[in-house]
Amino acid sequence: MSRLKLLLLVICLSAPLSAEIIFYQFDDPAIEQRFNQLITDLRCPKCQNNNLADSNAPLSVDLKQIIYDKLHAQATDEEIITFLKERYGDFIYYKPPVNASTWFIWFGPFLVLIFALVLMTRFFNRKQPDPVGSSSERDYLATVDQWQKESQEND
Amino acid sequence: MTPAQRKQLIFLSPLILFLAMVVILSSGLGKDPTELDSKMIGKPVPEFALESLQDASLKLTEADIQGPAMLNVFASWCPSCYVEHPYFMDFQSRDIIPIYGLNYRDERDDGLKFVNKLGNPYQAIIFDYNGRLGIELGVYGAPETFLIDENNRIIYRHVGVVNEKVWTEIFQPLLMADSTANGAGQ
Repeated sequence: MSRLKLLLLVICLSAPLSAEIIFYQFDDPAIEQRFNQLITDLRCPKCQNNNLADSNAPLSVDLKQIIYDKLHAQATDEEIITFLKERYGDFIYYKPPVNASTWFIWFGPFLVLIFALVLMTRFFNRKQPDPVGSSSERDYLATVDQWQKESQEND
Repeated sequence: MTPAQRKQLIFLSPLILFLAMVVILSSGLGKDPTELDSKMIGKPVPEFALESLQDASLKLTEADIQGPAMLNVFASWCPSCYVEHPYFMDFQSRDIIPIYGLNYRDERDDGLKFVNKLGNPYQAIIFDYNGRLGIELGVYGAPETFLIDENNRIIYRHVGVVNEKVWTEIFQPLLMADSTANGAGQ
């Protein structure tokens, strides 16, 4: 079989294998843009590390259809997000709210940073010790010098 | 606080912070991250009007569900539903509380085959072909089972297979605590 025939055969056989892709038809580019933003920011509750845009799980397809329908029924983005949060929890939205159970995650790192900066400034502003050292240190160094001299003299 | 004590405290603070993090983070260990908290707890069964699986001319609504009861979300395409089904058959024969079925995103023929072949433990089966009632309930997979109290409020959502252990250790105590609380309130 010639290469061309083989290639044609492969192309013909691969047609039924192409994945099912669902298209959403938009007349209004503004709505299309909001739709794309929403399905990027909303999580698939079934396949938890995918957003709705990346997921073809049946539940995601349903949720995308609901978002599509609601957008065309003049719902605002907030209304759609609230609708889904009421059913699937804050978890469904990739932008978590600031509340009692999440404030530490939001602000904790800044608190640690401030704490570290305070410690650092205090460390560097500490009164520098006398560069030559304390009197006891000087005595000690003098003694060591003395020993070295003595040992050199003895050699 | 003497300067020495303060120095000690500063010296120990990373260790204290570390231990605090260990305590906070270890509380999340062993938790199943795929198990989501239900937003339906304490809320009534949502309004709906859907066909019965067995009889398309029969419309079922939330008024047809009378608690205390279980509402089991099942489908013929869900492997775990076959696992829990024998338990529901056994449970139903003991006549404790009714089980309502929610046939979720299934073809009617497949759903019917499921209950006709394996037995029907359900008081009534709601046919949720497009999964919209499932979304109202916050269902994200099957099987899920909602526990409904005598006032038709959802008091618990169980994700996964229901068995005797789930019934005796979770459902039964919740129903008992709930009816005592309701009794005391009246």
